[in-house]
Order: sequence, then structure tokens, then C-alpha cells
Amino acid sequence: MSNSKPLDRRYIFLILLVGVTLPLIFPLGLKSEVSDLARQVYKLVEETPTNSTIIISFDYDPATNTELQPMAKALIEHAWKKDQRIIAIALWPQGVQMAEQAFADIMKKYPDKKYGIDYMNAGYKTGGMVTIQAMGRSFKEVFPSDFKGTPYEEIPMLKNVRNYNQISYVISLSAGDPGLKQYVMAAHDMYRVKVSGGTTAVSTPGFLPYINDQHQLYGLLGGLKGAAEYEALLGIRGTASNGMDAQSVAHVLIIVFIIMGNIRVYKQKKSKHEKK
Amino acid sequence: MKRFLPLLVTFLVGFIVISSEFIPHKPFSSINEGLENWFMIISGFAIILGQLSLLKVNSMKVHDKTENWQYYLVGLISFWAMVAFGIFWGTQDAAGLLGNGDGIVSWLGVKPFEYLFNNVYQHLSSTMFALLAFFIASAAYRAFIIRSFESNLLMITAVIVMLGRTSIGTYLTGWLPPEWRWLHLPNIADFIVNFPTNAAQRAIMISAALGIVGSSLRILLGIERSYLGGGD
Amino acid sequence: MSQFMTIFGVWLGAFFTFSIFSFLYKDNPFYKLAEQIFVGLSAGYWFIYTIYSILIPNLFGKLVSDFNGNLILLVPAILGMMMLIRLIPKLEWISRYPIALVVGTSVGISMLRYTESDILTQMTATMINPFGFSSKVEMIGSIILILGTVFCIMYFYFSRKQEGVLGVTSKIGIYFLMISFGASFGYTVMARISLLIGRLQFLLGDWLHIIKP
Repeated sequence: MSNSKPLDRRYIFLILLVGVTLPLIFPLGLKSEVSDLARQVYKLVEETPTNSTIIISFDYDPATNTELQPMAKALIEHAWKKDQRIIAIALWPQGVQMAEQAFADIMKKYPDKKYGIDYMNAGYKTGGMVTIQAMGRSFKEVFPSDFKGTPYEEIPMLKNVRNYNQISYVISLSAGDPGLKQYVMAAHDMYRVKVSGGTTAVSTPGFLPYINDQHQLYGLLGGLKGAAEYEALLGIRGTASNGMDAQSVAHVLIIVFIIMGNIRVYKQKKSKHEKK
Repeated sequence: MKRFLPLLVTFLVGFIVISSEFIPHKPFSSINEGLENWFMIISGFAIILGQLSLLKVNSMKVHDKTENWQYYLVGLISFWAMVAFGIFWGTQDAAGLLGNGDGIVSWLGVKPFEYLFNNVYQHLSSTMFALLAFFIASAAYRAFIIRSFESNLLMITAVIVMLGRTSIGTYLTGWLPPEWRWLHLPNIADFIVNFPTNAAQRAIMISAALGIVGSSLRILLGIERSYLGGGD
Repeated sequence: MSQFMTIFGVWLGAFFTFSIFSFLYKDNPFYKLAEQIFVGLSAGYWFIYTIYSILIPNLFGKLVSDFNGNLILLVPAILGMMMLIRLIPKLEWISRYPIALVVGTSVGISMLRYTESDILTQMTATMINPFGFSSKVEMIGSIILILGTVFCIMYFYFSRKQEGVLGVTSKIGIYFLMISFGASFGYTVMARISLLIGRLQFLLGDWLHIIKP
């Protein structure tokens, strides 16, 4: 490696690719700890009574599938374990498909769960905060039918659901805007329904101020680690847990690259100084 | 007039929305309800406008045979294929104009719209963003150089959080005895995230919200008019 | 046949994954092709779901099932059509009315919600009694939280020259911001690497069957 020229970035790409691939093929079996933020989400779902109706909002697209889909599956599994009824909605159009895929995967473990009775997919609506606010007035007005076109009145689990007053909690799995922030502002701060959520790791620091004694958020799942923590609390080993070894190795590699970069610049400065 | 009337509409609508928060009775509440429903419908048309605009731009590039026009043609074909599949055979559970396409479903396994989503769109979307992992590694090597006390602080925090939020952190300091547990990397990372990071993010949130309230007021009062576009 | 198409679909996914990844070596026709297909499919997907999820159930479905009872919905329908006129440059001014309605509604709601959630509630949440916590860590952390919030807000006050007491507190505020940006960088690295892990899990699991998907 030359003192003056930085390493060709394609070598960096290759090292990262190998570094992330190897732990996926040969797992290291490292254990990670569960944070308090994930425990708060778990506690919210765990302490909600049986037969409660809840909302899971799928506000993401396939680009952030890796971080948020394992959260979705773990939350659906936990809610069904507690016999809670799930209303799936989406503020992003791709969220409808993400919801269907998550339900299809968990249905393999819970084949007795019925559409329209234990869960339903209300579909996608645009409008962000305005739509969330409108749901606080009337669900039927916002979702006159589910995503298949079945009218609201013909869906058994929605018979007694008029607005947020009949909802125990809302969980938003969000990759950006609209998403969790709008639920905190409209659903919680206006209508006082409990809100929790999962976000991509890049958005997580921005939601920390909502974890406060005003309970704007009841816990937060942040990124792949958050998904792995929730899987650990449920006692399952899903895709998130399987990816944590690779995540750990990649983080060490990034730190090594930072150190290498700083050493290179230090050597450059030193040789310039010596030339003077 | 072409600019004044829309500005007046913005002011009146905004005034009704804000008033209905403090006067939750008719007529403010019922007008507010109507506005919320209309907002959803008009936003739907705005999304359609975006797609049609994209179509227009790409069609012009193909028509004028600009550089790489063949790729824009492929983009147009992809768009029309997705729209045609969706309109004729519908989405996963919604029927299209030609029903549910039982024949084509028996051949593909799923509807063509779903097939394109599951096997093409999903992978393209995920991989586009997966490229960022490589670029952040390259940026870590080339750009994250410690030059001052502040950048030192940033890097040390980043290293602690990167190690503490993964299994490596647990492995490196898991051997510490109970009285030294506060030095356990995941605990330090959690403390950094829950307190100083939280404080800074809260300050950013309050400051940004003040800015949003200020610019919202400017839009309502017609001082800020850029959303109306150019021209008369 | 459907089994063959399912396997073909996985290979199609792998092909497009490598097409995008090929950009890491250098820009090439495969990447450009994949990029434009992504743009086209994305636009088509949004188009279809907007029609099926919003325009049909919330507008056309209601008008068709009970036209007289939903006459008022003709107003947003007309406003929506006026929005589409934006495509004709000479008649662009007509689209200002629906835009004004949408902007007025969202701005009114934003003002109220941001004031309550991001200003008042955040200020309330900062007014905690740090000595009310039983644990030393939480007590010290709460003091850091209160002081950090105040010092960072003081840093963002640019209407006066930052000197004297304001200068000192602003400087400490910058340190808090640097710590926050460091944590954000750590989380950003986590997010980006996760996306790569997802792709590799697909390639190694669903495509090559080397690992369990």
C-alpha cells in the first residue's frame, strides 16, 4: 500500500463483501444483549389483553425489508400468541405487499388464524398525518373497504371498531415519512392511543426524544439489532438474529478502515512536514 | 388574480383547520372532516400527476433520441407492463378488468403484477440501497479523518456505539466483574444513546419544530409563495 | 410450469441483484438497464395502487354506489382533474387551486401537531426531577439530558453573537451535538450494512441454497 495513494475503493468493497459473507456461511454464534427500548415494546404487546384489536402500520418498502420485515413477523407472532386481532394498514403503497408477505410467513405457524376475524389488511392510503388524524374520527370514512374490496361492514372484526378508542395500541414500522413520527403526533398526542414502533437504524436517534415520561412512544425497535432483540425476547431465531454475526464483523471492518484512513493521512502529513 | 385567489384559499383552509382544533363544533368540525377526506383524494391525483410527469419526460427523451434514449424506452416499457398487468388482471386479491387471470396464474403461480413485484421490483429496490453499504465503507476509509477535538469526540462515540450495539461489544467486555459492569460496552453505548444523544436530538427536534411553525405561518399568511410555482 | 416460473423468478432476482452490484466495478449497460426497469416498475406500482387503494374506494366506488348521497365528492374529483392540468404548461395556473387546498390543510395540521408534539411535550418531558431516580446512572443521565438539551438549544440561538456565557454554553452544546452525530453515524453504518446482509441472505439462501433462508 503506497503512502501517498489511497487504496483503490474496489479493494475496500471486496474486503467488505468477504467480511460480511463469511459469517453468514460460518456463523460465529455470538450472543447479543436486549436493550431496554426493545423490552418496552415487548411489555406493551405482552400486557395487552386477549382479543384486543391493534393496528400494525407497514410504512416501508422492499429497500428496508431486511431491517423491518423481521420486526413485522416477530410482532405478528407475538400478537397472535396473545390472541390479539391485527388491523394492517399502509401509508406507503409497497407496505400492502410487505404486510401480506409477513402474514403469509407467520400463518405457517398459526394456520387456524382467519382473515377478517383474527387479522385484516385495510390497504394503502395516502395523506400521512391528515389520514392518521382522520382515522381518529372514523376508520370507515378512511377505509371504506379492505384492500380486496370487501366493504367495511362485511368484515367481522371491524364490527365494533369505529376509531382509535377501540384500538389498544398502534405499532408503526417505518422507513421514513409518513410513518412513526406522524402516528406519535396525531394518534398519541391527539387521541391518546398508545404508540410504539420500529424504524431503520438510520432513523432511530431521531425518535429517542419521544421515549420520555409523557409516553409519546412505548419503546422503540431500532434496525436489525432491534429486530434481533425482539426475536430473542420471543425465543425465536429469525433472519435478524442470523444476520447479527455478519453485522458485528462488518462494524469491526468499518472501524479498521477508519483507522487505516487516519494512519494514511498521518503518514502523508508527516512526510510533507519532513520535506519542509 | 391568478396568484391572489389560491393564496386566499390557502389562508382560509389553514384558518379553518386551526380553528377546528379550538372550536370542535359545527361548522368548523364538519368542514375539517370534509377537508381531511378531500385531502386524501386530491393527494391521490397528485401521485398520478407525478407518474404522468415522469412518462412525459421519458417520452420526450425517447422522441428526441437524447443520449441513452434506449434505456428510457426500457423504463417506459416497464411502466406500461406493470400498469397493464395491474389493470387487466388486478393485484394480489383485487380483480382487474379481465378478472383474476386464472389461466395466467396457473402458469406463473401468482398474478403477473405480483410476479413482477416479487421477482424484479423487490430485488432492484433492495439492491439499490444495499450499494450504500459499500460506499459507507469507502467513505470510512477516505473521509473520516480526525482533525480536531470535536471530530475526535464524534469518532470515539461512533466506535463505542458500533461495537456496543453488536455482539462484538458483549464479547469484548462480557468478562467484566459486576462492580465494573458500567464499563461494559453495551451499557456505555446505551448510556450514550439514552442521555447525551437524546439531549442533542431533543434540541434539534425543538429547534426544527420552531422553524416548521414559522414557515407554516409564512405560507398561511402568503409571505412564502414558492409552492404556487412560477409564472403569473 | 408454475414451479419452473418460481425458480426462474429467483434467477431473475439474482440477475438483477448482480446487475445493480456491477456498478461497484464501474458503470455499465446492465446497471443502466436495471436502473430504468426499477424506475418504470416503481412508477407503475404506485400508479396501480393509487387507483385501487384510494381513487376507487374513496371516490369512484362511492360515486357509483350512491351518486346522489355523495354529490359533494364531485368537488375533490374536479379539483383532482385540475391538478392533472399541470401537465399543460399554458394552463398550469389552474392547478394552483387544488395545490392551495392541499398546502393549506397540511400546513394548518403541521402547525398544530408540531407545536404540541415537538415543542410543548418535549419541553414538558425535559422538566424532570433528576434526583427522583433511585439509580445513580439514571440520576447522572437525567442531569446530562436536561443540561444537554438547554445547551444545544442555546447553540442554535444565532440572533446574538455567541460570546461570554452564551459562548461557553454553546461550545458545550456543540460537544453534545458531536456525540449525537457520532451515535447517528454508528446507527447509519448499522443500517447500511443490514441492507447488504439482506441481499447476501437472498443470494446465499434463496438462490444458492448454501444457508437456510
